[in-house]
Amino acid sequence: MTYTYFPGCTLRTKAKDLDHYLRISAEKLGMELIEPADWQCCGGAYSNAKDEIANKLSSVRIIMDADKNTGKVLTVCSACHNVLKRVNDDLKNDENFAFKVNNYMKPEVPYSGNVEVIHFLEALRDEVGFDKLASMVVKPFTGKKIAAYYGCLLLRPGKVMAMDDPENPVIMENFIKAIGGTPVIYARRNECCGGYAVMEDPAIAAKRSGAIIENAKDMGADLMVTACPLCMYNLKKTGPDTGIYYFTELLAEALGLKED
Amino acid sequence: MADKEQIIRISGVNPLKCMKCGKCTATCPNYDEMEYHPHQFVYMVEHGEIDKLMASESVYKCLTCFACVERCPRGVEPAKLIEAIRTEAVRRQGCNRLKADDIPARIDDDMPGQALMMATRKYTR
Repeated sequence: MTYTYFPGCTLRTKAKDLDHYLRISAEKLGMELIEPADWQCCGGAYSNAKDEIANKLSSVRIIMDADKNTGKVLTVCSACHNVLKRVNDDLKNDENFAFKVNNYMKPEVPYSGNVEVIHFLEALRDEVGFDKLASMVVKPFTGKKIAAYYGCLLLRPGKVMAMDDPENPVIMENFIKAIGGTPVIYARRNECCGGYAVMEDPAIAAKRSGAIIENAKDMGADLMVTACPLCMYNLKKTGPDTGIYYFTELLAEALGLKED
Repeated sequence: MADKEQIIRISGVNPLKCMKCGKCTATCPNYDEMEYHPHQFVYMVEHGEIDKLMASESVYKCLTCFACVERCPRGVEPAKLIEAIRTEAVRRQGCNRLKADDIPARIDDDMPGQALMMATRKYTR
């Protein structure tokens, strides 16, 4: 299992834990990660206006680079994953977009259309397998009630992300079971934390994130897990005692890889 | 000024598909911050009231979380319509919602670069 691993800007700065625990866990699980040389930002957010082309080119470059080697872009940041998967879908299915991109980029070899963008959770489920993962756990989270927080970017739009049922997802709950924990189901697990609106009005993010944490705690959660650095930021801003971690940190701990 | 056809073209949304059930507004997590709610965006675009929407603060309150897109029983995709109107609003000269000079006051040591990149994409051109 060899992947073109795209960490993204935030995993080099504010979300180093998300990246570090992924890398050591992937090695243990037999996944080979090839980080492209000189990678740049994914674009940050997918622009929904159909006439916005230029700000999707950075994602196009990452996808075309993977086309030349592994054919699989592995991501973990929810935002990178969302942008890359949607731009890859446009390259495959939006003729007007692909035509304009190719006119500008003039790639030596045309894009094959075969690159897959996958999230680390999908790789754990579909390629490592949650059963195999469970068999490798040495420090299980036995008795811990863990609430998966999906947020908005991982699952939607469901037809393009195609990661799980966008309204009744199970992938993170099955991951929690694999590491020995007890998943907590709560209503707001796939509602937005406030996202980028924290730059527009921090009170919006505080309200949205506060409601999510309150809901998870009401349902008995000891811990929460996320894949998104912005969800992490918004949820942590609501108070000192949120108990939210990157899912990769719990993975590394369960595999006995976490340094004390 | 943006006209109705331009908004429909760049959003890819057909407001005539709407059956006015209100589910988009009912499911919107930021509903309480808006003067015009998602279902009103759809209705007002259909009736050509674009200028009113472009001038409203509501256009900047959408989180682009796609809850309305996923849950619309008619596949109308209101969030794409709202973003098209916002995009047209910030494309006008001098109308960036997020100004470079305002950014230092809005960030702190913990804020991920992702927040700044996303906000720049969504509030500026």
